[in-house]
Amino acid sequence: MHENVFSLHNLLFGVYPYVCLTVFIIGSWLRFDREQYGWKSDSSQLLSKGYMRMASNFFHFGVLAIFGGHFVGLLTPHWVFQMVMDDMSHQYVAITAGTIFGLSALFGGTILFFRRFFNPRISLTSRSADKFTIFWVMFTLILGLLTIPVSMGHAGHGDPRVVTAMAEWIQSIVYLYPNPQYLEGVDTIFKLHVLAGMTVFLIFPFTRLVHIWSMPFGYIARAYQIVRTKRLKYQEIDRYDLGKSPEQ
Amino acid sequence: MKVRAQFAFIFNLDKCIGCHTCSVTCKNTWTNRKGVEYVWFNNVESKPGIGYPKNWENQEKWKGGWTLVNGKLELKSGGRLSKLINIFSNPDLPQIDDYYEPFTYNYARLQNAPLSEATPTARPLSQITGEPIEKIQWGPNWEDMMGGEWSDRNVDKNMDGVGRDIYGQFEKTFHMYLPRICNHCLNPACVASCPSGSLYKREEDGIVLVDQDKCRGWRMCMSSCPYKKVYYNWESGKAEKCIACYPRVENGLATICSETCVGRIRYNGIILYDADRISELASVTNEQDLYEAQCSIFLDPNDPKVIAAAQAEGINEDWIAAAQKSPVYKMAIDWKIAFPLHPEFRTLPMVWYVPPLSPVANAIDQGKLKTMPDGVIPMSGEMRLPVKYLANLMTAGKEAPIVLALNRMIAMRSYQRMKRVEGVVNTKALEACGMNEEMAQDMYRYLAIANYEDRFVIPTGHEEERLDDAHGFQGQNGFTFGNDSSTGVSKVTLFPRRRKESMEPREKAPMAADSPFTGDR
Repeated sequence: MHENVFSLHNLLFGVYPYVCLTVFIIGSWLRFDREQYGWKSDSSQLLSKGYMRMASNFFHFGVLAIFGGHFVGLLTPHWVFQMVMDDMSHQYVAITAGTIFGLSALFGGTILFFRRFFNPRISLTSRSADKFTIFWVMFTLILGLLTIPVSMGHAGHGDPRVVTAMAEWIQSIVYLYPNPQYLEGVDTIFKLHVLAGMTVFLIFPFTRLVHIWSMPFGYIARAYQIVRTKRLKYQEIDRYDLGKSPEQ
Repeated sequence: MKVRAQFAFIFNLDKCIGCHTCSVTCKNTWTNRKGVEYVWFNNVESKPGIGYPKNWENQEKWKGGWTLVNGKLELKSGGRLSKLINIFSNPDLPQIDDYYEPFTYNYARLQNAPLSEATPTARPLSQITGEPIEKIQWGPNWEDMMGGEWSDRNVDKNMDGVGRDIYGQFEKTFHMYLPRICNHCLNPACVASCPSGSLYKREEDGIVLVDQDKCRGWRMCMSSCPYKKVYYNWESGKAEKCIACYPRVENGLATICSETCVGRIRYNGIILYDADRISELASVTNEQDLYEAQCSIFLDPNDPKVIAAAQAEGINEDWIAAAQKSPVYKMAIDWKIAFPLHPEFRTLPMVWYVPPLSPVANAIDQGKLKTMPDGVIPMSGEMRLPVKYLANLMTAGKEAPIVLALNRMIAMRSYQRMKRVEGVVNTKALEACGMNEEMAQDMYRYLAIANYEDRFVIPTGHEEERLDDAHGFQGQNGFTFGNDSSTGVSKVTLFPRRRKESMEPREKAPMAADSPFTGDR
């Protein structure tokens, strides 16, 4: 740990991640438990379709790819990564994929942002959380894109330390052995991006972002028609202990 | 054979006067809320016309319903994978303007306006933004009573092959009403297209519902329903649709639209069908065979084999008795005068329609109308409403069943007129279209008199039998929003479960019939 445990740096990169993760997990769980009716994608496509096909697809596919990239790129243990590629290749892959999908998300997200704020129908029917969400996601995205030139500069000098440091730091968080020191030498823009990104997790349970949890992959394997019955013998839902008849 | 019971409807278009009472009572009961201002679970369209939403029948545009891919049923808008790929932006989704931008008027202005030369006006305000609307461009049933240019209305899909230009002429114009609700289909495309599995068909009565707690707002149901009868509540972000007034129906009451129909055109009844044959009959190759295919899915409620099979499925005696008295079965199967709306969508809709007669009686008296040799029944081609148009609406273009139905309705009138006016029983017209006197009298009773107890044969629901724990269920909510009408989908919970199940005695009390104290009765 840092010499001064109570430094701002430690607070932001040693404590804040846990605040965000805790709110993210417990908050999502709570809301899923208590507020099913409010759990939704909250689409506004009905009110205004224009450009949605382009904007929403570029944004969502871009963001999903970026999320997957961060997940694999940062959470894969170093020794596993080394079996596939060295640190420099890792950094070049990150730069390339980040640029492609980041620009895709930026393109779609910009349209969505302007739609959200300046299309009268969408703007007037938006909750403040809706506006804040798209603003904050775009803010994080732009910070993320701004790290690319810096990262390219490092790559030009053959220096993969930032990527490695970020991965080590995140893994230290996940392994419950937080070590903010990893981020000490890292450029400010990376830190800002990390802080904004963690905040996305913090606001997650309170916004429409919860629909990400509900990606309906189960649909692929499902029978088309669904018939529900109230007759207990056909029901598959779990019953509670109370009231079970003894022979069951 | 897997017998299931279905709560079904017949709408007798011959008597629909287009008064919209059904729409208004439904609206006031179910969709007078924020986010569903534009939603009419029940609407009445003037035909020919493009309807609500615009051109809803044109599935080349909206991709609703089913289609055959290599002889197998597939959603016209694409299968499961395409649904997931298109989930971020549904390419076939209507925009609210395709229904209409809901509006109200600035009534306060009429009282608050300062003194002025001109009379103050109440300008229209959008119910989405609250901003003034310069000019209202479209509304519910904008084409009411043949409103609008013929060139705008004749793009109606049902005019295909009818002759768009001819019927624009003043002497040739025709007009009918088409009241529409959710069809509570046997093969619902909305249920099939829901990625989160929130839509479902009720096993006990076939009513199709949206689980409000499970809906995530992916919007696939809206575009996949070929009748465009699933709507998106833009305030709640959930899909909503006609619920067949199930809280009323479960108590043996007619749906609110049927109950309040001043023309008494609506019939509610139970029909038994074979659930094992749904996919077979929905995937008949020739679209024009689909009407007959749908007829053959219904089971004869008086057939002892059907009754035994129904009992084996747990269908109650009073439901079987209701099916035997069902006005739906009488009109659709016994008399063959009712038809499904657009069977070519392959969803097996359960709201059937008696086609409307055109005003031909006077013309018969004047000798202007070509009639069949019996001198009473007009040639089918001589009616003001083109048979082809009705056939496009109800039998995928096959005219013979429509002609038979219209002829039977005219024959019944002819028979009654002879009997009442001239005091003569003349069955010539009846025989010409395969009817006997008893059938004509029954048809007269059901169609012309339309007694309340004939129109609505609705057995009460058997919650006490379906719910293994009726005591625990009592006091729960019916149609409400948010978290209390469903147990939700969360398997692992942060909080203690609600104790919805009550303790039951370990030893069940015997049924009355099995009780040793009852003795021989």
